[in-house]
Amino acid sequence: MADGLATTAGAARAAAADTARRRRTYARHYWPFVVPAAVVVVAVIIFPWVFTLWMSLQEWRIGSGRSFVGMANYQRLLTDDRFHWSVLRTLYFTALAVVIPIVLGVAAAIVFHRKFPLRGLARTIFILPMMATPVAVALVWTMMFHPQLGVLNWLLSQVGIPPSLWVYDADTVIPTLVIVEVWHWTPLVMLLVLGGLASLPVDPYEAAKIDGATGWQAFRYITLPLLMPFIMVAVVIRTIDALKAFDTIYVITQGGPGTASETINIFLYLNAFAYYNMGYASAVVVVFFAIIIGLALLLLWSRERFKDAAR
Amino acid sequence: MRKALNNLVFGFAVLVLVSPAALVFLWMLSLSLKTEIDNIAFPPVFIPNPPTLDNFRAVFERNDFLRQAWNSVVVSFGATAIALLVGIPAGYGIAKMRATKAAVLILIARITPGLSYLIPLFLLFQWIGLTGTLWPIVITHLVLTVPIAVWVMIGFFEGLPAELEEAALVDGATIWQAFRHVALPLARPGITVATILAFIFSWNNFIFAMVLAGRETRTLPVAVNNMLTFEQVSWGPLSAAALLVTAPVLVLTLIAQKQIVAGLTQGGVKGA
Repeated sequence: MADGLATTAGAARAAAADTARRRRTYARHYWPFVVPAAVVVVAVIIFPWVFTLWMSLQEWRIGSGRSFVGMANYQRLLTDDRFHWSVLRTLYFTALAVVIPIVLGVAAAIVFHRKFPLRGLARTIFILPMMATPVAVALVWTMMFHPQLGVLNWLLSQVGIPPSLWVYDADTVIPTLVIVEVWHWTPLVMLLVLGGLASLPVDPYEAAKIDGATGWQAFRYITLPLLMPFIMVAVVIRTIDALKAFDTIYVITQGGPGTASETINIFLYLNAFAYYNMGYASAVVVVFFAIIIGLALLLLWSRERFKDAAR
Repeated sequence: MRKALNNLVFGFAVLVLVSPAALVFLWMLSLSLKTEIDNIAFPPVFIPNPPTLDNFRAVFERNDFLRQAWNSVVVSFGATAIALLVGIPAGYGIAKMRATKAAVLILIARITPGLSYLIPLFLLFQWIGLTGTLWPIVITHLVLTVPIAVWVMIGFFEGLPAELEEAALVDGATIWQAFRHVALPLARPGITVATILAFIFSWNNFIFAMVLAGRETRTLPVAVNNMLTFEQVSWGPLSAAALLVTAPVLVLTLIAQKQIVAGLTQGGVKGA
């Protein structure tokens, strides 16, 4: 009897190994499927990366030719205060545009995880902002921010708060742009966390109930730790998107007033397509790319640590 | 009693969450349906009384709006079609070969800022003289549509059971036939997700066309931004135009919410 079982198990294992081997053999034959996409990716993605690296070593202004300058563009970045400010501004913007949507998005996910009447409709309305065309969104907010005629200052006046200059004041422009970003992208955080909530096991909650835990305790000691990997994914995605933010900032302020909302991306755009300083702009791209990949890796690494801690 | 209070608090929370989204769109609609006098009134007029379609008429009477809409349609459909054509087989191949490195490359392509592709491609298009046509815009939009299509399809094909195709292969089908007649029909839901997301990414994109488009080749987001920058600003037509630009995407979201949510959270959720 025991012998028979062992043989069956052995046969099953052999069959499984056989299937695995066959799949590996087959795997080699699938490369032609990837060729067309590989051609496109090389042409529009890899080639620009390599070309940008090469361009960043040139002094290259449209209209006045180019010359090889080695690391000069990078050295100039080291001493360019305008660039340094743009980096600090980007980090300031990113910090706010990550933390606030994460907090609100987790709260929203918990609300939408519960069943209530018209939940489907409410959720659809809630996610509309993230699909809306950024330029259209930026235009409406521009009109709402208008210091004299905008609806927001009227709303403030109704609750007795003095009017704000919103994007027209160097001190308030970044927090104001963050409001748009929060409105635009909190839904994505909510969706990512909602997916996590749906996958949580029920057992710990039943045990906690028997032990007499309050709702807050269950959230703090069960839900939050189990959700942490999902929240970290949302943090990574949000960080990357906030660093890259361009459309709404450009349409609403074009980096102004002065340079008060000039993030790296705006600085980059102006250098490339307003001053036609292609070599210098390429060096900015390379540094910007390094910052994004570096931050993404750092966050992914910390996510692994959270996952280990959760186990 | 306690329960009623709880429900009340919960209802209020839902209201607080949903109203910013709803109110901004409603305000956009309100602005687009009011006369210019009502639009710049202070305190603001909220309900258009009577509503007017003059703003929409003004938008359509600009003789280039229809052309710009057509440009947007051509670019978005073109970039989506090419992305599907190369992306579906690629997703299949990568899933079958378990080519994780290729998948990581696609991921990096997705997180790179669009501007970084724009400088070299801008110079390239100048050299080969494609400027003035829609081609540069379609080609640069591939930067958006190809990675998302491949990414969605990898996830989808990885989720399909391999047994069916293996049965076909054992019966003597070529791998191409197994793909064409077994995997592809099963992948229809995944293809729908990839199509919708690629289309929306391309339709919403602003920066590529802003840099590359000439007067004749502007897409709608660029045209609307130009209305803000170059013309005497009147809020009614501006809101009407903004609403028209984003309406197709909003309608698509209402219809295909489930697919969009599935596509956008895939990877994120799966990876966790």
